[in-house]
Amino acid sequence: MKAFLYRLLTSITMVYLLIPAPVSAGGKKAKPLVHVADTRVLSGTYLYFANMYNENLLLFGIWTVVVLTALGSGIGFLMDIIMSKIGLDLRSRELRE
Amino acid sequence: MEASAWYMMYMPISGIEIFWPGLVLIGFAVGVIGGFFGMGGAWLVTPGLNILGFPMAFAIGTDIAHIAGKSMIATIRHAKFGNVDVPLGLAMLIFTMLGIEIGARIVIYLEAIGLVGPVVRWVYVGFLACIFLMVLTDILKKRRREREKIGEEDKLKGGIDWASTLHKIRIPPMMHFEMAGIYCSLWLPGLVGFVTGILAGFLGIGGGMLRMPALIYLVGCPTHVAVGTDLFEVMVSGLYGAFTYTLKGRIELIAVVVMLCGAAVGAQIGTVATKYSRGMGIRFWFMVCIVVCMISIIFKQYGLTLIAGILILAVVALVCAIIMGIMFKGAAVELREKKAAGK
Repeated sequence: MKAFLYRLLTSITMVYLLIPAPVSAGGKKAKPLVHVADTRVLSGTYLYFANMYNENLLLFGIWTVVVLTALGSGIGFLMDIIMSKIGLDLRSRELRE
Repeated sequence: MEASAWYMMYMPISGIEIFWPGLVLIGFAVGVIGGFFGMGGAWLVTPGLNILGFPMAFAIGTDIAHIAGKSMIATIRHAKFGNVDVPLGLAMLIFTMLGIEIGARIVIYLEAIGLVGPVVRWVYVGFLACIFLMVLTDILKKRRREREKIGEEDKLKGGIDWASTLHKIRIPPMMHFEMAGIYCSLWLPGLVGFVTGILAGFLGIGGGMLRMPALIYLVGCPTHVAVGTDLFEVMVSGLYGAFTYTLKGRIELIAVVVMLCGAAVGAQIGTVATKYSRGMGIRFWFMVCIVVCMISIIFKQYGLTLIAGILILAVVALVCAIIMGIMFKGAAVELREKKAAGK
């Protein structure tokens, strides 16, 4: 793994040096549209997230990634336990084309 | 806040009421299809969300966030099977990100000169047509070889074999990717990731539809490993996409959570079904999805958005039913055999 990471780092440095600057040059910026959540009709968790969305998008973005990761891996492991109870062999498969 | 009926759910950010069982169903369907083919499935979620009533910008953002979570669930299952080659995925990922950035900048340039819509759609159709022809040739070649029974058939060999030729290019550093069982230059998966990344960024898609066949035909991965490794990539790039879309304020987190409940079950079915399917079977149904996606884009180009959406959802339902059939049939046989062996 250490050797792999070392090789990967060397390769990335080479890519960085080989790619000419014009390729990564920027274009015109698109006009952002502002959307605001209507918090007057909300309460509890909904209100908490809607307020965060309106006031601090960066924090909301971090929360989204955290919730997705926790939920994705949590459900994944939970389903793994449930599936293992069925009695199927879920640790090996035969590669066949 | 009062919901009008039990089957309607209020979306606090977009401010609309949504038929939540529809969200669960979409999550389930994309879980089955994504787990089986190793792709995100943005092409089927976005029109589905749009039909349920989400504005397009929210449909795309919510779709990307859901794909990240769903891919995580499917990747965990594929990793247990030994279908995920993490070093290969990581090697491709970095180049893919670079490619996506360049692809996105090409789009911004095309937008500035007012050509983005039709150019992107026709390039997409062109690529899907190429993938369709490639997979079709592959399947036909494999079938012919099986019919003619030339020598001892290699069970890991497909119809088309370009990867062996590409493996002969020995530019250091050379890498051995254990799970995929390939030894090649790091530049090969890197270049494949870079090019598919440019296309994904240019077309505004996750790229699983391009990367999965590229992993098979160009890098030389067995189909099952290509599916698992691609899902690993979709998971990481999806999380990045979810973050950037959230910063643009176009994600409905509640909808994502509801969809993930359906995806949790669907992803298990899709992933376990790969165990009972031959690589060629996965490639065949992948080809069917490619054709439908291609037709739907052509419909959209001519303004027939509703027909395109309905066509996609109909085929999704059909392919889902077939994958579920493969999974339940295979599982029943395995359990029967286990029971017989235990007696």
